[in-house]
Amino acid sequence: MAGQTKNTSSTGASDRAPRTFRVWRGDGQGGKFHDYSTEVGEGMVVLDAIHQIQAESAPDLACRWNCKAGKCGSCSAEINGQPRLMCMTRMDQLPPEGPVTVEPMRAFPAIRDLVTDVSHNFRAKKSIKKFSPRKPDAPDGTWRMQQADVDRVQEFRKCIECFLCQDVCHVLRDHHKHEEFVGPRLFVYTAALEMHPLDTENRLGDLKNKHGLGYCNITKCCTKVCPEHITITDNSIIPLKERVVDEFYDPLTRLFRIFKPAK
Amino acid sequence: MEQYQTLEHDVVVIGAGGAGLRAAIEASAAGCTVALVCKSLLGKAHTVMAEGGMAAAMANVDDRDSWKVHFADTMRGGQYLNNWRMAQLHAQEAPARVRELEAWGAVFDRTKDGRILQRNFGGHRYPRLAHVGDRTGLEMIRTLQDHGIHQGIDVFMEMTVVSLLKDGDRVVGALGYDRERGRFRVWKAKAVVLATGGVGKAFRITSNSWEYTGDGHALAYEAGADLLDMEFVQFHPTGMVWPPSVRGILVTEGVRGEGGVLRNKDGRRFMFDDIPDNYKNQTARDEEEGWRYVTGDKNANRPPELLTRDHVARCINREVKAGRGSPHGGVFLDIAWIKEKVANSEEHIKKKLPSMYHQFITLANIDITKVPMEVGPTTHYIMGGVRVDGDTQMSTVPGLFAAGEVAAGLHGANRLGGNSLSDLVVFGKRAGEYAAKWAKEKGAGTTNSAQVEEAMRLALAPFDRGDGGGGGENAFAVQSDLQGTMQDLVGIVRTENEMLRAIEEVGQLKSRAAKVGVSGHREYNPGWHTAIDLHNLLTVSEAIARAAVERKESRGAQFREDFPEKSAECAKFNLILRKGADGQMKVVREPVKPLPSDLQQIIDENK
Ligand SMILES: Cc1cc2nc3c(=O)[nH]c(=O)nc-3n(C[C@H](O)[C@H](O)[C@H](O)COP(=O)(O)OP(=O)(O)OC[C@H]3O[C@@H](n4cnc5c(N)ncnc54)[C@H](O)[C@@H]3O)c2cc1C
Ligand code: SF4
Ligand code: SF4
Ligand code: FES
Repeated sequence: MAGQTKNTSSTGASDRAPRTFRVWRGDGQGGKFHDYSTEVGEGMVVLDAIHQIQAESAPDLACRWNCKAGKCGSCSAEINGQPRLMCMTRMDQLPPEGPVTVEPMRAFPAIRDLVTDVSHNFRAKKSIKKFSPRKPDAPDGTWRMQQADVDRVQEFRKCIECFLCQDVCHVLRDHHKHEEFVGPRLFVYTAALEMHPLDTENRLGDLKNKHGLGYCNITKCCTKVCPEHITITDNSIIPLKERVVDEFYDPLTRLFRIFKPAK
Repeated sequence: MEQYQTLEHDVVVIGAGGAGLRAAIEASAAGCTVALVCKSLLGKAHTVMAEGGMAAAMANVDDRDSWKVHFADTMRGGQYLNNWRMAQLHAQEAPARVRELEAWGAVFDRTKDGRILQRNFGGHRYPRLAHVGDRTGLEMIRTLQDHGIHQGIDVFMEMTVVSLLKDGDRVVGALGYDRERGRFRVWKAKAVVLATGGVGKAFRITSNSWEYTGDGHALAYEAGADLLDMEFVQFHPTGMVWPPSVRGILVTEGVRGEGGVLRNKDGRRFMFDDIPDNYKNQTARDEEEGWRYVTGDKNANRPPELLTRDHVARCINREVKAGRGSPHGGVFLDIAWIKEKVANSEEHIKKKLPSMYHQFITLANIDITKVPMEVGPTTHYIMGGVRVDGDTQMSTVPGLFAAGEVAAGLHGANRLGGNSLSDLVVFGKRAGEYAAKWAKEKGAGTTNSAQVEEAMRLALAPFDRGDGGGGGENAFAVQSDLQGTMQDLVGIVRTENEMLRAIEEVGQLKSRAAKVGVSGHREYNPGWHTAIDLHNLLTVSEAIARAAVERKESRGAQFREDFPEKSAECAKFNLILRKGADGQMKVVREPVKPLPSDLQQIIDENK
């Protein structure tokens, strides 16, 4: 379906005014940007504009969304080149002039329009050893944990699996190491398991040998885009790297391990 | 002829929210092969949006709590139209299901002595909701998802089931299409579990996402199953009202649980003005007592903001209609005021309600630690759904099970907040267990290819009318008109005349829906998906309106201006909707089953 181009003026605060959206359309074989004009008004987010375009002129424009409130992590895209959630990007946060470009996440293969193949993330997660708790603390089968001890893990568990961090990470985006490197989202996931007060599994060997932790050179791009404000690098990746070093390279720790079970 | 792929499993679960995931885990643990089919990616189902918490009488915060009190609270909230067996099992089994989530890795907020913390919520006598800040649903779905992926379940993401397949009376599989390519698939199964969630998209203002088009309700209805209690749609009192594009998005009841108060434009706490008789004994006499309650004083009663949702929603509606509302047609919900009571209140609010803080600052430019929010009622949940057996969750059609929001019975005329998340895991587990049992006992049936071909033809028909046939109706336009009809005529305040008009309009919309045309390809084509969903939305809309007309009283979530009181006569029946032999929808009165004396006694003791 062909888009139409119109000249647009800037958007007033409360009244509705037309605005051009330059939306990437295509599939795995390739594609190009199409211009659509639609009216935007107060409080609108980019996802609203995409929906309006679907209803008005491009009923087959593909995108993912569910909650429209930043809770499900479905609507990830690159808006004016920035990886963001479409439902949490207000029009009045974008520059008032010029077209708004909307394109799919580039670190994943395109399926159609704004929809990408994110199956890498599901496969990678499955390769990480699952939670395995210690024996219950109380006879009724329950555990005791202090709030202070779970705060860090709760930070990681806020992750909505939007995969925006995966999208910006150069190891995936530019170097396509999908087979050797699970990516920042899955490091956050691993950290949540490793730092879970009840967990008894050891995932450090896998991090080093299977999951490519060493590829991360701490550029912190992932942390910058996380809509949940998880401090991915400082709180999860760096501590994991330290643990790997302690486990495999520090001779003293290695000696201790002979006498003490891991963890 | 259109091609399709056929797969075989012992059990197929349709829907991957809390209920579907829990059912799939249980069936696979029982040794069955399981297919789990969902419209979105794994982990994105509605359950992820749940905020406040899950109700379970663990008595970690107040040791006076027990399953009996939870049972009595649930029955009172449901105005005694609940399936009492479900209310009993739910109250008894919820604590074990919460602990099981912890054993699978969930990290709930903690009490000082290191146990699972519980918070206050409307209609619950004691602090009862296990929670994680205001993102409890995310914790639940992620825990079940991360546990489930190691169970050997076959997951089919972004696939939509359009028809159930039958062998005689019995359901033996499902037909669906994938969004990526628009190709069809048949899942043959010995048992099918519906866990498709709700119907919110039938209304204009709703907290629900595009997925909530009543698919499971309609699939079951078409397969001959009974629907129950469809007149009871919950309007949550607090949805966002401004800016327009976020209208309806939920503001968790947790805000009121943490001390948030409702005020009209004159600053009056209007909830004190109208306290129903059956809650008088349990409601704070003044603001001071209300505050003591939310801060954990066991001798205090709850503030009126924490009365049941139907009541709070109607009070807000009344204030707005009387011209005492906020600038954008809601009322004020104020949590910032607690700075008078709590040192460092800004940090406290951000810690307790992080995603509400984030939601308002990002979407509405409002800092809830400093100024009040504007809120108004939003369509939130349907108590009605597939009629099931309380123990096994099997519908009236053999081999077809239902759990979660798509099933009916537990909540009666009104659901208490927090009772859904616990519902999902209690009855998701049961549905999985009994579906597995059924599969083992009954073995495989046969699917009929003529049925499959007819269903595919129907699903593809909009394409013939679109590009090929000169256009046809626009699916989005029909959907939007339906939402208008339901919002305006079958909403929070109902009358006979308006609802009869709604039924007529739904009839007209059905003929328009039959002419919907779509253009373009079959891959990720939202126009086509909307055209298919329309049929389901129309079916549930008709069911809601017909049942609401038949119940000539106000009870629980249903408020009728022409019958503003409860009627003793109407207390005696539930309403069932069923497809007649002539293809028309029939409304049937089903007498309420009398309570066994031991349960009656529990209710009397907790009056
Ligand atoms: C904003 C919000 C906040 C809430 N907060 C709370 C709370 O604090 N406490 C509480 O107890 N309850 C809460 N609720 C209610 C509760 O979250 C829902 O009732 C519950 O999550 C429903 O779960 P479910 O498993 O039945 O369905 P869902 O989680 O909605 O899952 C439905 C699944 O079915 C799939 N599906 C639907 N149709 C089809 C089809 N045709 N083919 C294939 N798959 C299909 C969907 O893709 C999805 O996977 C809240 C609801 C909302 C909207
Ligand atoms: S910090 Fe590491 S994981 Fe994050 S973007 Fe940079 S390289 Fe990737
Ligand atoms: S860590 Fe943050 S950016 Fe990465 S997937 Fe999770 S929420 Fe998204
Ligand atoms: S739609 Fe859920 S995060 Fe945007």
